[in-house]
Amino acid sequence: MTQANRSAYWRANLRLVASCMTVWFVCSYVFGILLVEQMNRITVAGFKLGFWFAQQGSIYIFVLLIFFYAWCMNKIDQKYDVHED
Amino acid sequence: MELKALTYLVVGATFALYIGIAIWSRAHNTGDFYIAGKGVSPIANGMATAADWMSAASFISMAGLIAFLGYDGSVYLMGWTGGYVLLALFLAPYLRKFGKFTVPEFIGERYYSKTARIVAVICLIFVSFTYVAGQMRGVGIVFSRFLEVDVTVGLMIGMALVFVYAVMGGMKGITYTQVAQYCVLIFAYTVPAVFIGIEITGNPIPQLAFGSDIAGTGAGLLEKLDDIVTSLGFNEYTSGTKSKIDVFCITLALMVGTAGLPHVIVRFFTVPRVRDARLSAGYALLFIALLYTTAPAVGAMARYNLANIILPGEVGTGTGNLRYEDRPDWMKTWEQTGLLTFEDRNGDGRIQYYNDLNPQFAEKAASYGWQGSELSVDNDIVVLANPEIAGLPDWVIALVAAGGIAAALSTAAGLLLVISAAVSHDLVKGIFVPGISEQNELRTGRVAAAFAILIAGYLGFDPPGWVAQVVAFAFGLAAASLFPPILLGIFFKRMNKHGAIAGMLTGLLFSYGYIEYFKGLFLKWAGSPWGENVASEWLFGISPEGIGVVGMLLNVLVALTVSCFTAPPPQRIQALVEHIRVPRGPSAQVPEEVL
Repeated sequence: MTQANRSAYWRANLRLVASCMTVWFVCSYVFGILLVEQMNRITVAGFKLGFWFAQQGSIYIFVLLIFFYAWCMNKIDQKYDVHED
Repeated sequence: MELKALTYLVVGATFALYIGIAIWSRAHNTGDFYIAGKGVSPIANGMATAADWMSAASFISMAGLIAFLGYDGSVYLMGWTGGYVLLALFLAPYLRKFGKFTVPEFIGERYYSKTARIVAVICLIFVSFTYVAGQMRGVGIVFSRFLEVDVTVGLMIGMALVFVYAVMGGMKGITYTQVAQYCVLIFAYTVPAVFIGIEITGNPIPQLAFGSDIAGTGAGLLEKLDDIVTSLGFNEYTSGTKSKIDVFCITLALMVGTAGLPHVIVRFFTVPRVRDARLSAGYALLFIALLYTTAPAVGAMARYNLANIILPGEVGTGTGNLRYEDRPDWMKTWEQTGLLTFEDRNGDGRIQYYNDLNPQFAEKAASYGWQGSELSVDNDIVVLANPEIAGLPDWVIALVAAGGIAAALSTAAGLLLVISAAVSHDLVKGIFVPGISEQNELRTGRVAAAFAILIAGYLGFDPPGWVAQVVAFAFGLAAASLFPPILLGIFFKRMNKHGAIAGMLTGLLFSYGYIEYFKGLFLKWAGSPWGENVASEWLFGISPEGIGVVGMLLNVLVALTVSCFTAPPPQRIQALVEHIRVPRGPSAQVPEEVL
C-alpha cells in the first residue's frame, strides 16, 4: 500500500468521523440541552420535542449513527483496498 | 404458588443456566481467558457488552433516578449511551487491530514505557473496584428483599456464582453467560413496562406510551404529570433545574467516561475482525437502547402511579391524601426494608408527599395543614416495586428479581476479569515476571480473580460511605486519565510518552483534587471536603460529577504541549500507528527492544 493511498484512506475516514460527530453533537447537546427550551415549544405525539430528544431521540440516533458509520467504513475499506478477507 | 417459592424457582433456574454455560465454555488458554479466543460473533458480543455495561445501577436505580429528577435525569440516558458512538468511531476498530489483551498493554506499547503502563493499571484498578462495590450492593438488595435471606448470605451466594464462571471460564465463560444474562434482564425489564403502559394509556409500547393520553381522559401522561408534580411544589417533570453548563458537562463526562472504561473497551478485543468491532459497538448500543429508552417511560409512569396512589383526591382538601391505614401491601413490605419510610408529622393519619424544600411552596403547604413531607422513597425501589405497584402477577415480580441479579452479576464478572487481567497480564507478566509460562499466567489470572471477588464481596458487605461519591469519580477518572492517551495514541502520531504520562497525571490529579475538595474521598481524616458543594463555589459552575470534562481537556492540552517540546516517538512506534489505522494485515507486532 502506497503512502499516498494510506493518507487518502485516513482522510476519508476522518471526514466520515467528523460528519458523524456533528450529528452526534446536534441531536444530544444542541437539541437535548442547549436549545431544549426552544425545542420544548414544539409538541409531537405527546412529547415536548426537547425533552423527547434528551430522553429518547438522541439514543435512537446514536444507534443508527454507529451502524451508518460501520456501513460507510466497509465501503471505504473496499474502495482503498484495505478490507479484511 | 406463593411469591417466595416462585422467586426461588425463577432465580434458581437462571443460576443453573449460567453455571451450565460456564462449564460448556471453559477457558483452556490465556487467549480464551482474556479475550475469548477472539471468536465471538458481533451480535453475541453486542449482547455480552450490553449485559456487561448495564449494571445494577442501570437496572435497579436509573429509572428511579429519572422518576424523581425528570428532565435532569436525561444526563444519564444520553451520557451512558452516547459514549458508544465515541467507542465505535475512535477506539474499538483500532484497538481490535492492535490485537492485544488489555488496555494498559496498549498504553504501555504505544508509549514504549512501563511507567505509562503502570499508571494505566492504577487508573484501571481504581475505576473497576469502585464499580464492583456498587454491583455487590445491588446483589445484596435484591437477595434480601426477594429471597428474604440475610444480605450477607445473599452476597456469598452471588460471590460463589461469579467465582464459578469468572474463574473457570474467563472471558469466554463470561461472554456466553452474559448473553444469557442479557436475555433474562431485558425480558424482566420490558415485561412490567409493557403491562404498566397498557394499564395507564392502553399503548403496549412503553417508548410511545409515556407520551400518550391517559386511558379514558383526553390528557397526555406527561402533561398530567407536570400538573401533578407542580401542584405539589416540585419542578415541572419535563424541564430541569440544573444549569445548562452543568448538564452539558455531566453528560459529556459520562459519555467520555463510558468510552474510557476498561471493562467496556476490552469487549472489542474479543471479536474476530476489525469490521466486526465496529458493527459490534452498534449491536451493543442497540441492545442497551432497548433498556435505556424504556427506562424514562418506566420512570414517568412510576412517578405518575405513585402520585395517584398517595393523592387519590384533590390537592389540599384534607381528605385528598391516602390514609396511612389504607396503604397498599407493597408499601408495607418495603417499609420493612427501611427503603420506604413514613412519619406522620401533622398527625392526621394521612400520607402527604410534596416538596418541602421549596420555599415558594411552603406557604401553600402550611395553608393545607401540611407540616413537612411525610414519605421518603428510595430511588432504588422504583423498578423493583413497580410490578407490585401496578398489581402485576407474581411471576413478573420473580422475573424482575432474576433480572436485577443478572444485571449485577454480569457487570461484576466483567469488572473482575478486567482486574484479574491487569494483575496477571500487565503487572506479573508485563513487569515483574516477563518469562512466566502460559499455564502459570492463566493460574495467576484465576488466583487474581478469586482475590478480586473476595475484596469486592467485602466492599459489598461493608460498603464504605463514599461508594455513591466514587461512582462520579470513576467516570471522571476514566474520562480524564484513560480516554485521552488512547485517543491521541491513535489519532496523533506525534504523541510521545512524555506527553502521554504528563497528560494522564494532570487529568488524574486535577479531577481527583476537585472531587476531594468538594466531596471528600480519601482525605476525610485531614478535614476534606474543604469547599462547600454548591453551584456558586464551583469552577465555571461545573459540579464534581461533570469536572472530568475539564480534566480531560487539561490532559489533552498538557499532552500536546509537552510532546511538542520533546523528542518524537521512535520510528517503529510511528509505523505501529500507521499499521493499526488500516484494517487489513496481521495484528500489531511491536519488537521487544522498543519496550
